Amino acid sequence: MSHHTTPSKTFWTPANILTAVILVIGLVLTVKRFTMGIGSVTNLTDDNPWGIWIGFDLLCGVALAAGGYTTSAAVYLFGMKKYHSAVRPAITTAFLGYAFVVFALLYDLGRYYRLPYPLTIYPGPTSFLFEVGLCVALYLTVLAIEFSPALWETLRWKKLRFWAHSLTLVLTIFGVVLSTLHQSSLGGLYLLAPSKLHPLWYSPYLALFFFVSSIPAGLSMVIFEGGLSHTFLHHKMDETHIKEAPGVTLGFAKAAAVVLFTYFNLKWIGVALDNNWHYLSTGWGAWFLVEMLGFVLVPCLMYAVAAREKSQKLAFWASIVTVLGIVLNRLNISLVAFNWQLPAELRYVPSWEEIMITVFIVTLEITVLRICLNKLPILHEHPEFKGAH
Amino acid sequence: MKRRKFIGMLAGAGACMAASTATAGGTHHFKGYPESFGVLFDSTKCIGCRKCEAACNKVNELPAQPVPFDDLAVLDSRRRTHHDTFTVVNKYSVNDKPVYRKQQCNHCLEPACASACFVGAFVKDKTGAVSHDASKCVGCRYCMIACPFEIPTYEYHDPITPRVRKCTMCQPRIEEGKLPGCVEDCPKGALVFGRREDLLNIARERIRKHPSIYIDHIYGEREMGGTSWMYISGVPFEKIGMREDLGVTPAPELTSGALSLVPAVVGLWPMFLTGAYALTKRREKIAEEEQHHAVAEAVAEAQSEAAKKAKAAMEKAERDKQAAIDREVKKALKEAEEARLKAETPADPSEQ
Repeated sequence: MSHHTTPSKTFWTPANILTAVILVIGLVLTVKRFTMGIGSVTNLTDDNPWGIWIGFDLLCGVALAAGGYTTSAAVYLFGMKKYHSAVRPAITTAFLGYAFVVFALLYDLGRYYRLPYPLTIYPGPTSFLFEVGLCVALYLTVLAIEFSPALWETLRWKKLRFWAHSLTLVLTIFGVVLSTLHQSSLGGLYLLAPSKLHPLWYSPYLALFFFVSSIPAGLSMVIFEGGLSHTFLHHKMDETHIKEAPGVTLGFAKAAAVVLFTYFNLKWIGVALDNNWHYLSTGWGAWFLVEMLGFVLVPCLMYAVAAREKSQKLAFWASIVTVLGIVLNRLNISLVAFNWQLPAELRYVPSWEEIMITVFIVTLEITVLRICLNKLPILHEHPEFKGAH
Repeated sequence: MKRRKFIGMLAGAGACMAASTATAGGTHHFKGYPESFGVLFDSTKCIGCRKCEAACNKVNELPAQPVPFDDLAVLDSRRRTHHDTFTVVNKYSVNDKPVYRKQQCNHCLEPACASACFVGAFVKDKTGAVSHDASKCVGCRYCMIACPFEIPTYEYHDPITPRVRKCTMCQPRIEEGKLPGCVEDCPKGALVFGRREDLLNIARERIRKHPSIYIDHIYGEREMGGTSWMYISGVPFEKIGMREDLGVTPAPELTSGALSLVPAVVGLWPMFLTGAYALTKRREKIAEEEQHHAVAEAVAEAQSEAAKKAKAAMEKAERDKQAAIDREVKKALKEAEEARLKAETPADPSEQ
């Protein structure tokens, strides 16, 4: 709490200085992007129309924001009430995650001001992208309402809080449906490009893979951020949060181990169905094995051991490996194994300005998250609304 | 590809959905609009003069090119379509002989770009042309990801109104009864414009008449479900930069299986989830009831135990009381008896 900090402590901590520098560079590049066009800051070409703004900001951003639906489903639908204290941090992260996915999309869209077109003026329902857009828009709304009680509590708007809270069950069900659809449809986007995506990554199961892998992604982000909160925001957490945290970590670790193993098996079924085994002996195969063994099987085993030995530390490390694995998978599909047949000189490598804008957006998101965790009743219950969940 | 489609249908997950998926993607076969037009490119006739490029530039009012169209040196490097170049001719060396291949939008019968577009900006017209409406475009560039022929291009340096650009098959000219610009200016008859059905017959006829010149394949007859532009060649198409592994599945079918599961998820998921919630609630309720029951039972048992104890104690007390009374009575009787005996017994003579 603020009264614990001594007044001599300056606002200009190293972390805040770095944040400020990144934000300033980001703003300059933003001006460049919106006055001189996408081509002025990116290495995108006619052969490589989607770069890291789609591959990382969109695909990874959405996958890593899956903690919202997984946690709220576990608590409200499957009755795992002992994880209740994890819901608000997870919803907050998911809400900000999606909000910044949409924000990042504005940089990538050539005519960003027409973002509502597919939903209002010219629907194109034959496209998986239409589904992505529709679901993300609806889910962002759901998350905004699910997140809002923290705000109403702070503002003491009891009626609004009551109203938003009374929708919990419906919103949770709606959230899971929408997440199932858009998590999978991000994979579905690539079903249309069998000639461009390497056969080891292309599969008619792509949509299913994306959905299933989003579950450990979400669980891992909850564990990962929980671990970080404990280190940096311990003073913001109330007794319930501190008491329930080990249970959340180990319970989620167990679930993540199970789903990762399921995903591991599914991926091999994908290889088997198209009989792509012979690719495994190529360089692409080696890279595929790195992803499958190093970033799916290894974290799966780490989680399993962590759950058995009740080691929160190991679960925390497993969550990092899983998150990296999800990022690797999404980047492989969208960038690395995409256009694999193009000659090297035509392949896409992001420009530093492109990377910097992504760093800027992530920094902005973390900054807003830090403000939320510090100012709103997320890691603790609001004194006037204790036990009102 | 047949197998992939089959697997795609299975992959969608629910076996129960397989039937509807099959009807969504499988039973009808779209052969293109009847009477629609197309162009046949014959690589054995093309001499790489770039007249088609010049004509395209002119009729589409595209910006002037840095290299004039009569400079054939550009043929030595590989080029692709660009936002101000809707068609390019590339030179390939096959068996030390130059072979030229013209590249432009193939105007697929069932275009991947149209299938990908989430605002419906691409339209396959009855003339055969696939056209793009920039007034709808959001600029997501998914069409460029989707196109297996790598045709749509983008104005990356326009900050406000960038457009997706590609060959229009000169649709406005066709509607006026004119030939596409490139076809009109081709000096060697390497390009033939006509109804797609007629072009297929022309191509078959040429292959039949000159089996030693042509490969027995009309590229575009069936590739990706068929295209309005078609190619015949004297060398394998792979050798002139054309993918031969694209298959014959029309692009929309690649996603229709998975897309048809969307309504299934929307329809079934809420039921499953509500069911899960109801089960959880019920389990909680049962657990609560059992707890109540157990508590009540324990209380009752304790109570009956206590009552039993109390009763036993009462009984014992009663017994004790009775015993005490008996004892007292006995004692009194005994005392009385003793007194009586004492009175009856004559005095000790010695006392007298």
